[in-house]
Amino acid sequence: MSITLTIDNQQVTVPEGTTVMQAAEKLAIRIPRLCYHPRLHLEGSCRVCLVEIEGMSRPMASCTFPVYEGMVVHTSTPEIRDTRKTIVELLLDNHPEDCQTCERDGNCELQYLAYSTGVRERHYEGEKKHYEKDLSTPSVIRDPDKCILCGRCVRICAEVQGVSALGYINRGFKTVVTPAYDAPFSESVCVTCGQCINVCPVAAFLEKDYTADVVKAIEDPDKHVVVQIAPSVRAAIGEGFNIAPGTPLTGKAVAALRRLGFDEVFDTQMGADLTIMEETAEFVQRFKEGGPLPLITSCSSAWMKFAEHFYPDLIPNISTAKSPMSMLGSMVKTYYAEKKGIDPSKIFNVGAMCCTAKKFEAARPEQQIETSAGMMPSIDRVITTRELVWLIKNAGLQFANLPDEDFDPVLGISTGAGALFGATGGLAEAVYRTAYWMLTGEDLEQVVVEDVRSVAQGIKRWTAKIGDIKLHFAVAHGLGNAHQLLRMVRSGEEKFHFIEIMGCPGGCIGGGGQPYARAGEGVPLDMDNLRKRAEALRSIDSGKKLKCSYENPDVNRIYKEYLHKPLSDKAHKLLHTHYKPRLPHGVWNRDVMRTD
Amino acid sequence: MACSCCENQFDDLTQYISGVFDPEHPQSSLISILHHAQERYGYLSKDVIEHIAQVTEVPAAEIYGVVTFYSLFKTKPQGKHRISVCMGTACYIRGGAKILEALEDMLDIKPGETTEDMLFTLSETRCIGACGLAPIMTVDDKVYGRVEPEQVKGIIAEWREKAEKV
Repeated sequence: MSITLTIDNQQVTVPEGTTVMQAAEKLAIRIPRLCYHPRLHLEGSCRVCLVEIEGMSRPMASCTFPVYEGMVVHTSTPEIRDTRKTIVELLLDNHPEDCQTCERDGNCELQYLAYSTGVRERHYEGEKKHYEKDLSTPSVIRDPDKCILCGRCVRICAEVQGVSALGYINRGFKTVVTPAYDAPFSESVCVTCGQCINVCPVAAFLEKDYTADVVKAIEDPDKHVVVQIAPSVRAAIGEGFNIAPGTPLTGKAVAALRRLGFDEVFDTQMGADLTIMEETAEFVQRFKEGGPLPLITSCSSAWMKFAEHFYPDLIPNISTAKSPMSMLGSMVKTYYAEKKGIDPSKIFNVGAMCCTAKKFEAARPEQQIETSAGMMPSIDRVITTRELVWLIKNAGLQFANLPDEDFDPVLGISTGAGALFGATGGLAEAVYRTAYWMLTGEDLEQVVVEDVRSVAQGIKRWTAKIGDIKLHFAVAHGLGNAHQLLRMVRSGEEKFHFIEIMGCPGGCIGGGGQPYARAGEGVPLDMDNLRKRAEALRSIDSGKKLKCSYENPDVNRIYKEYLHKPLSDKAHKLLHTHYKPRLPHGVWNRDVMRTD
Repeated sequence: MACSCCENQFDDLTQYISGVFDPEHPQSSLISILHHAQERYGYLSKDVIEHIAQVTEVPAAEIYGVVTFYSLFKTKPQGKHRISVCMGTACYIRGGAKILEALEDMLDIKPGETTEDMLFTLSETRCIGACGLAPIMTVDDKVYGRVEPEQVKGIIAEWREKAEKV
């Protein structure tokens, strides 16, 4: 049933159940908001979105109020504007006054609200909060002093990611958002995905900043500083410079990295091709030799920590292949170092990633590799897309005007399959292309698998026919969806051969290290935005002549000169890892929202 | 296999949960489970909360939120006797804060803390409905009315003596 109402003297007709806020958007009215997020349960706690509804004695929160026939709404009367301004002022009263030195300066939703509601002077000095920052993980920082208790982090962690690492403790002014027992993140079920950072309107969550370490290494004449850039970074980095998403900015990103002073600029997509070779070989081997199946992918670092906390019983099903970043990192410190005659201990390996969890992965002790200079981490520092954007701004580079440049040779060539990795379904598609070749010895003609490409659908199922063989694929992105899928796998309700799981909504393109949505305009994890980022990666694939990882000449040369073949002893030492159950045990959250 | 003492440590709690737990509404019985656990174990330790989380499938972060929301739930071991000082309006005006200060000095603890010998836990409380006797302090169920800060010493000594006799 549709309902007609009047908002600011304009009539609008919307389906029953629509909220006043949503109805207003149809009329190009963006009611100011803070705790609201379209993907999360409505909380109505911040009261910023108050509107006047005729017949009601007091203003109502438009985010939670459903429309009714004949309703008359005023979203911007002088009284409403004044009330909103007061609410924002009260929020500011116990918020630190350090905008100029805050990382969210210029892209903070609270700052934007202060500006747009017209707060130009301060009337009250409120009590400030004084808590310790949580610096316990190499990935995500929590700063309760900045928190305004909108609860978007708590809800995304529970409802979209199904992790529920965060909750509110205490009450009233003493309320704090923290992991259970007020423990540091490192002792919680936090999977370091960084979605709390993505949805936080202020700077209560941030990635741990490694830009200073990277700059120091670049300035050190003894260090050979190598950088690699993940597919999703090139799909989103432009947003940090107000360039609309949808076009890959590979060439400009490479040019920027070179100008920042990195000695070599390599492509994580090349590492992805290696991952596909190893993972597909592992899959084919398990398929032929009786399991264990399904084989579950292991590239997503947040998913891997999630599996250790929540699904330790499925660890035998999880591929031992390292992520593209760690594979390429391993090759840089072994193959490349030997080829170039560089002491691996002098190499400083940087990953420019869309991901905060990759910082955790790089620091995992079991990810260390044996090089000619002894055991060492394959990646020394991971910086997020946001940190890279800052480095570029800090260096005064005009990103949009940079020329397009190519990756450095040796570890720079990649196929379309490698690019697909960054968006949900891409890994399954890439594995299918190579599995087809490994199982039949023939090239696949129809390489695109539309069935696994949707960004909106949380769980996707697809059956591949390879000769007489039918292979059942499943794809889940966002850990809440992974929960839904894996519970069915665990109970035996559904059976698959191959499962791709990406920790973040949309896959890596929705990673916790991607540029923030524009305050006051954009929405974090906006579906259209994710779709455009995915399109950018798929356009790389369609523009490449080489579409399958086994066609990559760099990959083939590495196998010929160094690793011999996929799953060889050497490949196992350098390109594979292991996982083990991790405490505390995760508890499945029933509040997870289904998106499939 | 884990040692049997750990395995069985929370057996009766598990049994209690299975009696009141409704899988359709996992949060609905949480408060009564927490009450039961606190009564049984004296306070809600991390291990107890973790156990409740595993059995009810309510995430620990959520349970801990409930536990810290209600001042009745305790996350630390409690002393044998609970001293409460009323900080309601009437008691406050008539010197409740001074009583509390005297107790803090004497016991060398702050509200919410327990003495090293585990004998006393100090807490603030709101109106207990005996404003005519303000200011009020209680030790367990015993109410002391019109308390003067100088009397505090004697009251504590009285309870210490009682504890030593047992």
